Amino acid sequence: MFHIYCPYCAEYREEEEFHPKGQAHIARPADPTASSDDAWGDYLFFRDNPRGVHHELWVHAVGCRKFFNITRDTRSYAILETYRMGEQPGVTAETATLAERDIERRTSDTATIQGVPS
Amino acid sequence: MQRYSGFSLVKHALSHHENWQRHWRNPVPKKEYDVIIVGGGGHGLATAYYLAKQHGITNVAVIEKGWLGGGNTARNTTIVRSNYLWDESAALYEHSMKLWEGLSQDLNYNVMFSQRGVLNLGHTLQDMRDIQRRVHANRLNGIDGEVVTPEQIKEIEPALDTSERARYPILGASWQPRGGVARHDAVAWGFARGADARGVDLLQQTEVTGFKIVDGKVVGVHTNRGDIGARTVGCVTAGNSGVLAKMAGFQLPVESHPLQALVSEPLKPILNTVTMSNHVHGYISQSDKGDLVIGAGIDGYLGYGQRGSFSVVEHTLQAIIEMFPMFSRVRMNRQWGGIVDTTPDACPIISKTPVQGLFFNCGWGTGGFKATPGSGNVFAWTLAHGQAHPIAAAFSIDRFRTGALIDEHGAAGVAH
Ligand SMILES: Cc1cc2nc3c(=O)[nH]c(=O)nc-3n(C[C@H](O)[C@H](O)[C@H](O)COP(=O)(O)OP(=O)(O)OC[C@H]3O[C@@H](n4cnc5c(N)ncnc54)[C@H](O)[C@@H]3O)c2cc1C
Ligand SMILES: [Zn+2]
Repeated sequence: MFHIYCPYCAEYREEEEFHPKGQAHIARPADPTASSDDAWGDYLFFRDNPRGVHHELWVHAVGCRKFFNITRDTRSYAILETYRMGEQPGVTAETATLAERDIERRTSDTATIQGVPS
Repeated sequence: MQRYSGFSLVKHALSHHENWQRHWRNPVPKKEYDVIIVGGGGHGLATAYYLAKQHGITNVAVIEKGWLGGGNTARNTTIVRSNYLWDESAALYEHSMKLWEGLSQDLNYNVMFSQRGVLNLGHTLQDMRDIQRRVHANRLNGIDGEVVTPEQIKEIEPALDTSERARYPILGASWQPRGGVARHDAVAWGFARGADARGVDLLQQTEVTGFKIVDGKVVGVHTNRGDIGARTVGCVTAGNSGVLAKMAGFQLPVESHPLQALVSEPLKPILNTVTMSNHVHGYISQSDKGDLVIGAGIDGYLGYGQRGSFSVVEHTLQAIIEMFPMFSRVRMNRQWGGIVDTTPDACPIISKTPVQGLFFNCGWGTGGFKATPGSGNVFAWTLAHGQAHPIAAAFSIDRFRTGALIDEHGAAGVAH
């Protein structure tokens, strides 16, 4: 269960009040009618889907109903930050430390963490 | 390969069952193969099996980072049906259904395929219209199906609350008698044994960490046990497909989400069939061991942790109690999650990629177990011919650029 800090309400609330809305910071092509099928398809359907640090859009659905962003590790599920629409992330895959991501303690895909003797 | 039969059972009883052969070898990786399959789940193993059996391509390795069938194959609720709405998906899932019907014989391995039927309940007028449309479409495609009334449902599954007292009264259902369940582990093991017997190397505890690509063509893979060469590579890595695509330098229209399931303590036989409801959002069957096998919905966020949120478990059990009030005091035994690879149209991707020789078979999302034999069968053909099998052609990645989506959210809404 996530405990999510809404940057508008300035409070921690339970996950059930929120809805995830997918990858954040996707730019809509400036001139859709002029965009190629490839560019439009990329915009609509193709996603980063990273195993690691991810910037994603959430909405405080039964709270203030505002959209905002979360930076989260998709392995440990640790929330690294939440920030308002229009702002840029303060933490990225390059800058997040292992401790922040909480990988050691919380990752559960055993096949990967156990490592493999050859 | 040692064949299994009633006779061999008796014979081995005489030696106290101490001389059964191992199911498969544990080989040392070769330098080079004709074909590498990445991902030793049901789909990857089925692909290897049909490559060897139907196309005579036996210089094949299946590379699995964990153990065979330990991904979604081992984590799913094993519902098998083929009553999909659109022609393209109906053809794919029905192809699979026909293979299921002869699979135990073909593999000489009991996959415990049980055609106990699948009910998809309708609770609203719109549900019923969708169900009627889907059943008619199924019948036009030669797939068995019927629209049944609450009275008929009561006969099929007496434990269901078909009364009008329910909060979401059941108005009817689609009924596919040929649907049912199978033993997930046995499916992986049966394909693995059959592939191994034909010369396929099953490399467990071997993780693909990158692709060797020269002039836009794949020539092999990097693994934690060294590099392995191949001119044809098929990725069948379910929830990790996006990670593999990134290693090869492109994106997929796929998102990886946690999907959970749970089983109860074992009970005496109470359920006859598989019951699914999109509307109250739960699905249930009973295993041969007696436990109720209950499937949940996905978590809306991305996750690779093979576990989901408690709230989803809670909603799922609410739905089960809505349908089967008598289960309100059943205790749950275990709960777990898998990582499912969902696509925008709830249909899989069986496709070539921007890298020549590199193919992907993924995007099966919440409902690919039922397709295991069919998926492996058409993917093997695709790898052997270097072009899409006729049934697979519609499932190319290109559809997300041309717009020719196959929207199965109606048939696959919950859904498995
Ligand atoms: C809870 C749950 C319930 C479900 N219920 C149903 C249902 O009732 N009916 C139905 O039809 N479907 C259901 N599904 C979906 C179904 O389980 C999957 O679609 C199907 O099993 C996918 O099979 P697969 O072989 O493609 O994937 P998997 O079995 O996940 O196999 C992929 C394999 O790839 C390996 N791998 C990943 N990355 C690498 C790498 N870098 N190197 C080497 N190996 C790698 C993984 O370890 C894994 O073993 C359910 C899924 C879940 C999670
Ligand atoms: Zn808020």
